[in-house]
Amino acid sequence: MKLAATLLAAEGTNPLLPHTYELVVGVFSFAVVVIVVGRILTPRIQKALADRTEAIEGGIKKAEDAQAEAQSVLKQYHDRLQEARQEAARLRDEAREQGAQIKAELQEEAKAEAQRIIAAAHAQIEADKQQALTQLRAEIGRLSTDLAGRIVGESLEDEARQRRIVDRFLEELENTNAAVR
Amino acid sequence: MNTLTVLASGASGASEDVFTPPGLELFDAPPLIAGVTWLTKPVLLAILSTLIVVVFCWSAFAKPKLVPRGIQNVGEMGYMFVRDQVARPFLGKDADRWMGLLLSIFFLVWIWNLMGVIPLLQFPVASHIAFPIVLAATIYVLKIYLGIKHQGPIGYFKNMMFPPGLPKPIYFLLAPIEFLSNLIIAPFTHAVRLFANMFAGHIILAFFSLVGFWFVFEKLTPLGAGLGVVGVVMTIAMTGFEMFIQFLQAFLFAMLAAMYIGNSLHADH
Repeated sequence: MKLAATLLAAEGTNPLLPHTYELVVGVFSFAVVVIVVGRILTPRIQKALADRTEAIEGGIKKAEDAQAEAQSVLKQYHDRLQEARQEAARLRDEAREQGAQIKAELQEEAKAEAQRIIAAAHAQIEADKQQALTQLRAEIGRLSTDLAGRIVGESLEDEARQRRIVDRFLEELENTNAAVR
Repeated sequence: MNTLTVLASGASGASEDVFTPPGLELFDAPPLIAGVTWLTKPVLLAILSTLIVVVFCWSAFAKPKLVPRGIQNVGEMGYMFVRDQVARPFLGKDADRWMGLLLSIFFLVWIWNLMGVIPLLQFPVASHIAFPIVLAATIYVLKIYLGIKHQGPIGYFKNMMFPPGLPKPIYFLLAPIEFLSNLIIAPFTHAVRLFANMFAGHIILAFFSLVGFWFVFEKLTPLGAGLGVVGVVMTIAMTGFEMFIQFLQAFLFAMLAAMYIGNSLHADH
């Protein structure tokens, strides 16, 4: 082992002793990597990563904003819907009330009309009756005189007397009728 | 001609059939082109590693997209790993400032180490101590510079050797130990830990693959065949294990660098 070590040392291959040219190449290699990768490229990827983080955070923020807006719009919509429902209910009630009122008015009117028609009919009937009575009275007078003339055989020429007789007869008749009734 | 090869060839007459395990000659790197002494295999692989790291990072990070595609995903995975496992635990809010250095160290060391298992190349660059030394020395200088800059020339050494809140006599013992461990042992172990792991790993892989090759192909005997199969299986298993170690050492090296930088920025520890 000792022999080998001395032999190696003599050869200059002691693994713990660096070769000068390897040191030089090592420095060169390391310098190139540090300049290109460390100085030029690392800032680029750092910037890209920062941009990405920002983009993602921005996206999340945007989504949150959109959601908040959607919520508020939905709330507005709900409020309006509620309002509209209340309005509709109010209108419906009003219409019902109005309908009831109109119905009552119509009924009132119809009743009044009916009263009026009935009254008119009554009046008419009364008038017709009076007329009929008047006619009837004249007719009956004439018929009675004819009948009485024929039966008694004497002509009742005197108009005034004739009428008086008839009237008295009719009055008697009415009085008996009233007494019977 | 190299002494070991002379010894080996000298002994070969008698021990043609004797299995000789691989030794330190594994790490001898003769010039690839006669006359150009500096252009050896580890040097070439170091340059290749630098190229790989630069090209990979360029294609991943040069034009980063907000929505990553393809290679940028892979690169970002590496970036996130270094940031979350290495930089942030030790540097906190300063992590982003030092990510460039730490990312460079992590990628470079990992690719250096990976060279040990890439077929045909099969030589971990960090098993030549010069390369870990370069990185460890850079971190060492940076650590002292940052310490003096952020804590003052006296404050730095005071915080290092005389942490507050201990009984007075302890400092007689603690101060020299802290000085030694921070300024002499730490950079040494920082470099040697990486070097020794790659060195040993390479020897282990070479040993098992030689066992397999020797007993199955070179000298196939009924008795030796079983051993050869074990060697092949172990080579495969150890290659997997070695890949884990390579990653772990790159991670550890970057983590220690982050720790040293963090300690220099804030004296709270």
